[in-house]
Amino acid sequence: MDIVVNILVRTVVAGTPLLLATLGEIVTERSGILNLGVEGMMSVGAVTGFIVTFTSGSPWLGMLVATLVGAAFSSIHAFVTITLRANQVVSGLALTMLGLGISGLWGKPYIGRPLPVKMEAAPIPLLSEIPVLGRVFFSHDPYVYLSIVLGVTMWFALRYTRAGITLRSTGENPRAVESQGANVGLIKYVSVMIGGAFAGMAGAHLSTAYSRSWIEGMTSGRGWIVIALTIFALWEPSRAFLGAYVFGGVFVLQFVLQPLGISPNILAMLPYLMTVAILLVYGLTKQGKRRMAAPQTLGEAYIRGSR
Amino acid sequence: MDTSTTERRIEHLEMRGIEKRFGTVVANRDVHLEISAGDILGLLGENGAGKTTLMNILYGLYRQEEGSVLINGEVVDIRSPKDSRRLRIGMIHQHFMLVDQHTVLENIALGDETVPFFFPRRAVRPRVEALAEDLGLDVDLDKKIYELSAGEQQRVEIIKALYRNADLLIMDEPTSVLTPQETEQLFATLRSMSENGHTVILISHKLEEIMAICNRVIVLRKGEVTGEANTADVQKTDLARMMIGRSISSSYPKADLEPGEPILRVSDLHVLDDRGLPATRGLSFEVCENEILGIAGVSGNGQREAVQAICGLRSSESGSVTLHGEEISNEAVRTISDLGLGHVPEDRMVHGIVGNLFLFENAVLKKHHQAPYSAHMRMDYREVRDHADALVSGYQVSAPSVSVPAKNLSGGNIQKLILGREISSAPSLLIASHPTYGLDVGAAEYVRLQLIERRDSGGAVLLVSEDLEELFAVCDRIAVMFEGKVMGVVDPSLATMEEVGLLMAGVVNESERAERSSVADAGIVDEGEPSFVAAADGNALPDDSATIATSAEVAE
Repeated sequence: MDIVVNILVRTVVAGTPLLLATLGEIVTERSGILNLGVEGMMSVGAVTGFIVTFTSGSPWLGMLVATLVGAAFSSIHAFVTITLRANQVVSGLALTMLGLGISGLWGKPYIGRPLPVKMEAAPIPLLSEIPVLGRVFFSHDPYVYLSIVLGVTMWFALRYTRAGITLRSTGENPRAVESQGANVGLIKYVSVMIGGAFAGMAGAHLSTAYSRSWIEGMTSGRGWIVIALTIFALWEPSRAFLGAYVFGGVFVLQFVLQPLGISPNILAMLPYLMTVAILLVYGLTKQGKRRMAAPQTLGEAYIRGSR
Repeated sequence: MDTSTTERRIEHLEMRGIEKRFGTVVANRDVHLEISAGDILGLLGENGAGKTTLMNILYGLYRQEEGSVLINGEVVDIRSPKDSRRLRIGMIHQHFMLVDQHTVLENIALGDETVPFFFPRRAVRPRVEALAEDLGLDVDLDKKIYELSAGEQQRVEIIKALYRNADLLIMDEPTSVLTPQETEQLFATLRSMSENGHTVILISHKLEEIMAICNRVIVLRKGEVTGEANTADVQKTDLARMMIGRSISSSYPKADLEPGEPILRVSDLHVLDDRGLPATRGLSFEVCENEILGIAGVSGNGQREAVQAICGLRSSESGSVTLHGEEISNEAVRTISDLGLGHVPEDRMVHGIVGNLFLFENAVLKKHHQAPYSAHMRMDYREVRDHADALVSGYQVSAPSVSVPAKNLSGGNIQKLILGREISSAPSLLIASHPTYGLDVGAAEYVRLQLIERRDSGGAVLLVSEDLEELFAVCDRIAVMFEGKVMGVVDPSLATMEEVGLLMAGVVNESERAERSSVADAGIVDEGEPSFVAAADGNALPDDSATIATSAEVAE
């Protein structure tokens, strides 16, 4: 029993950066922009979060700066794809490579130096004393709580607010949004940068809370899992929770099952296999096909006033 | 109701000296337009005459280079749809500005800044319900847009505009997606709006509907106003002349030929659409030598899928298609094409040409693998170019040279090129889907004459079109499709457009049929070639079915 609870506890922690970045990517893609640069944005967030925390001694400042840097970094993608209307796939891939390169360069002096302080766990009084649930959800570092609050907020906002309707409409039919007097370009810029901010924050979680050191390439493909998760979640924040924690659990299982002789390589494939499986299941049912539909104009450049 | 609309009602609106250029192309030049409360103004003109551009300027989607807009005598500056909405101008585009995946209510709530930020739908619903009731428009607010018919979607657009307190409603080709009956309903709505002091500008190239609904009309040609009148004071022919600069011929000279042997025979064809739903349900008809068979119908009743199935572009579930008696259903496209089928496809840019290839390469598509254009895997480009030159001069394609990418040609010239390519090999069956869609009158007329030319020289032609005037002018018989079946076949020289309109809407009118049958009885129509055959589902067969011989293609 205890080992199960332990696995669940670590699952939630491992799933948190995935959840944060997936939530961000959902916002971005809902506006019709595909950003494949998540891996790069997370890396940049991780290294800046680490450096700021290392030099200032404040992991909170590290979180803030990583978030802002993530947003700023993603604005490159926004400029290239929205203003210049360049190919979103190419720009996103470039962003990933650029981000990995920059983080390697900036992080070089910090390799092998552990953080003096990290984002410590802060169990929530009372709630954390609930058996099992308390340990699984309420005895973590603030990133975990923040990701849950942000996720619920986003679910609510997409469904029940004016901004939510506008954002969803932008990805589906930007011309309809434009004809109602809204600024489509601005909405897309903001959405891309929200995605960048979330990815930056996710990166900082990796380097200042999940572990307390910087290693080059420490995102280790999580950015790509996020892309898969966004599809898995069918662009719905509620489903992002499920996906992020399931995939977080797979990360944890890699360590748990390794001593039992199961190759970590096979386990590392699991997230991707599951994505394929989910797409298959949805693709085979009629109802699923309708729901699987990505935002209709995802990946397309929007030209104002064109028909 | 809408507190963001602080402006008072539009009593009078004027556009003065409007000029708009796209690069070097002048879309509007010195356009003057006036309209007062309660008017229904028709903006008449051919495709490309600048009607939509002008209205996009009024709506704030484009910005004019010169000229000004005055509302109630004051100059207003319209920079974006936000401004036009504040000024109580609403626009319904030809392609609806609706989010298909969202509900009606969400679509109406989109962009409304007067409702609370949280739970906007809750605030929007009662207002929309009240509005819909006032107008007598019945729409389920919780349905998703993709579940609605085109007519219902248009109603959503009207409600959306009025919800925003639009006083002036601009409608771009509103009837192009409607059945004649839905059109009547729309006109009734527009009339009641006009009685309530709303103003409507109707963009159209259809004379009938302008005459039917508008009290004033402004005619545009090549971006300039060429005429203005009260509809009560003018004849359709006058408007037509203003619109195209000369009078149109409503029918075309055809050689007096009896239809010969059947070339194409389609019987009990079942085809699925892209979503896997039945598109045609037991479709049957035939096309003979020396005959143009028109297929009429509101788009989405299986015409596209039927044509694709005949050409081999889509597999059929059951039924048979024969060309010269040879079964061709589910055969390869090339096999069918080599048997003598020419196809002028619906979407000429996608299926008709390869835009990035040169004109001369496009001139031999489908035949590039055959002599004389290639031999032993090698292309003979001299032959190809000669052929392209012949097409360009023979089919009036205007192009700087045959060595330009085909996508650089205008729509009309691309269509002439495709037509020339398909006709030049004298196919025994030519299928043309919407061949004049989007073409100017000159090019459209040329295309129609070529179709007739093909018929006169012994070919069978299948013409799919939504343009009833075109079908009546060109065809020997018109088959009306509704929900994947032929509702009836009419002789255009005897039937009226109203009859066809009813068939298009799936209505088989009893009294009409009785009248028709007496005409047939009187021997005006040759036996075995009835003027009007109503078949539908068998239960609607007339009592005196002896006089109306149910035509073979329907009975099969």
